[in-house]
This record gives sequence, structure tokens and C-alpha cells, in this order.
Amino acid sequence: MSNRTDSNIYTILFAIAMVIVVGGLLAFTASALRPKIDNNERLEKQQNILYAMGVNANDESSAIFVSTDEAPELFAKYITKQLVIQGDDISENTEAYLIDVKKEQTSAKAGNERKLPLFIGNKDGKTFYIAPIRGKGLWDAIWAYVAMDENMVVQGAYFDHKGETAGLGANIKQRYFMDDFIGENLMNNGSFKGIAVAKGNNDPKNTDKNDNEVDAIAGATITGDGVSAMLKSELRQYVSYFENLKNN
Amino acid sequence: MGLLSKKDAALIKDPLADNNPITIQVLGICSALAITAELEAAIVMSISVLFVLGIGNVVISLMRNIIPGKIRIIVQLIVVAALVIIVDQVLKAFAYELSKTLSVFVGLIITNCIIMGRFEAFALANGPWRSFLDGIGNSLGYGVILIIVAFFRELLGAGTLLGFKVLGDPIEKTGAYALGYENNGFMLLAPMALIVVGIIIWIQRSRNKALIEDN
Repeated sequence: MSNRTDSNIYTILFAIAMVIVVGGLLAFTASALRPKIDNNERLEKQQNILYAMGVNANDESSAIFVSTDEAPELFAKYITKQLVIQGDDISENTEAYLIDVKKEQTSAKAGNERKLPLFIGNKDGKTFYIAPIRGKGLWDAIWAYVAMDENMVVQGAYFDHKGETAGLGANIKQRYFMDDFIGENLMNNGSFKGIAVAKGNNDPKNTDKNDNEVDAIAGATITGDGVSAMLKSELRQYVSYFENLKNN
Repeated sequence: MGLLSKKDAALIKDPLADNNPITIQVLGICSALAITAELEAAIVMSISVLFVLGIGNVVISLMRNIIPGKIRIIVQLIVVAALVIIVDQVLKAFAYELSKTLSVFVGLIITNCIIMGRFEAFALANGPWRSFLDGIGNSLGYGVILIIVAFFRELLGAGTLLGFKVLGDPIEKTGAYALGYENNGFMLLAPMALIVVGIIIWIQRSRNKALIEDN
């Protein structure tokens, strides 16, 4: 290395120039691409919600969404109502699916009444109630869209994650895991119990749909516990809505 | 003589065998443990590292005469982080599905010591073309080990390869499972990756005694 690059002045100037160039480049890329990325994320939410209520292009073993071209049209067709539940107040909002669940969780912690989005879908004469939920896995966030019937029996679910271990926790978005939830009852003898991701429940084929348990993924205990905790704490908040539904 | 001179060809070949980044240089071990539970993830990671290390090495090599020695590690880190983030953003905008598959690896690539290791050991002292070849060679050597480890972990741990049930269905008890075979769940956990890498190192050094260090 020459002496020129060793001087303190040079080092400082280089660092400043580097920060400006790289920072500018990143800021430019981020803001130039933001509208496109936002649109992709919006379409993904629609795809996820549709997936949970069984509007998807699944083949025998893998989970496949409807195409992004069709998503807005199908979303308008199958999702009949979008509700925002805030305490006893229930209002309709056609952009409820854009509500950021993470922000709502944070604002609820600060003592505000949380906005709970709920999407009501109709397919072949059957009504689905789809709730977006969010929790913690081993490394980072996990989230899901859970479609239920009016008795809080799961009709379909889509799980996703930000950074769970590939081959282990990441498998929560595999069909064999998600499909196990179909038909599972969140209630037990009239009270809310949730669905636990259980090790050694002696029911790997998941034939017992009333045990409030699905079979866990080997090597993904903490992610599985995260899924159980998320389902329990998040879906519990929707119980009063479903109770009112029955009483009216 | 082919496309590459003998010296240049060695840059590609050596990391595949006697100067392998994982088994000899012991670089990139963390990701070799973290993402080898299934073959697909290992392949995706290998391809990503190929891109980042190939391009990153060229960028660092072009900058090698102007990078101040005192802050070179930080400069390298910024270059690789900026590269990876820009690629990630572009993919998110134009190939969203692909970006979701790759997003898990973004953090792993930035902090992958094989990247910094090659910047520091090679690109800072060599021209862009040779650095490019070094990047390609080392990421291929890295990829080979990742794929070998993932092959055994997925096959013995889950009985599948690339998601296909090659040994039959463990729940329905078909194929090998009908004969009483069981998956070894321990293969899916990180310690077994270390042991598999250890076995590869053992085999390699027993075949080429020159690799054994004197104590």
C-alpha cells in the first residue's frame, strides 16, 4: 500500500465519499423501486388470503397461489366483506387487508384498542372468515392467514415466515404442515383453546380433528411453539366476534 | 491451452480440491451448518454466493489501489452489503417470487466469512479478471461441499431429495419404511452438519497427506 492511502485525511475523505455514494445509491434504488415493491406486496396479501380460503392453484403436493394477474379479480369476486373490528365497533373497509398487523400489535401494547381485520369470503355457497395473524418464530417473524367457519373450525391456513431455518422451521409453509390444520377445531367444549403444534401426539396422520393438536415438524420445536402461541393469542381476540355472530 | 492459462485455470480448480474454502481454508462454515438441512436451500445458497463473490471480488479488485488500509474491512463489508441489498430490492420489484425464496439468504451472504475471506486474501492483491476467477472457483468449491452435506442430511434425515420422497413415505410406511427403516432426525440438526463436514475433511486429508499440518 502506498503512503497516500495510509494518511488519516485520505481515510476520512474516503469514508465520507463512500458513505455518500453508497447511501445515495441505496436510497435511490429503494425509492425508485418502492411503488413496484408495494404493489407486489399488496398482490401477495390478496394471494395469501385467497389461498387460505381454498382459492389456489395447488397441485398434489405443493402450495401454489393463483397468479398475480388474476389475484385482484378473484379477490374482488370471493371476498365479499372486509371488516375492521375495534372493540365493540365493527366497520367495513375495503382496504382492511392492507392493515399492518405488526403496527396494530405495537399500538395495542401502548394501550390503544387494536384494529382487528377480518375478511369474509364466499366460495360455493360456503362462508369463510379469514383472520391475518402474526407471531414470533425462532429467528424472526412468522405470520399466517387462517380461514375459519362460523364455529371457529379451521377451513384452511397459509403460514409464512421471514427467516426460519431452511429445511426445518421454514417447512411451516409446506402443504403437509398447513393442510393438517384443515378441520381442526379452535374451540374445545365451548371455550377457546387454540391449536397446539404438538410433539408425540400419536396422531401423525392427524385423523383426530378435535384434539386441538397437529403434528409438529421434527427439528423445528421453537418455530412450532411460536405457531401454537401465535394461534392462541391472536385468534382468541376474534372469539367475541364469533360469539356475537351466533347470538344474532 | 484452452481458454484460460494454466495459472488462471488453477484459480478455478484448486478451490474444488486441495484448497477448498470449507474443508481447507475453513471459511463459510456457519452457512454450511445453517442451510444444509435440505438440498434445495444448499443449491440456492451456492448460486447466490457464486454471483455475489464473483461480482464482489471484481469490485474490490478494481478498488484495491484506492481503499485505505486502515478501514479496508469496513469498506469490504459495505461493498458486499450494498451489492446484496440492491440485488434483493431489484428482485423484489421484478421477480417477487424468487426474492421470497432468496430473502432468507441475504443476511447469511452478507456475513458469510468466505466473501470477506476472499476479498481480503485475494481481491485486494490481484487484478479484476483473476479475482473474478478466484471468486467463481471458491464459490464452486464452497457449493460442492454444501451440496454434498445437504445431500446426506436431507436423505438420511428426512428421507427426501429436493423434496421428493425417494425412500418412500414414513407415515404411510411404504418403500424402505415398510422394511422398518427410520429417518434419523438428528441429521437435520446443526451438529450433524459439523460431523458430516468433519468426515469430508477426514477423507480428503487421508487421501492427500500433504494437507495434514505438522504439529
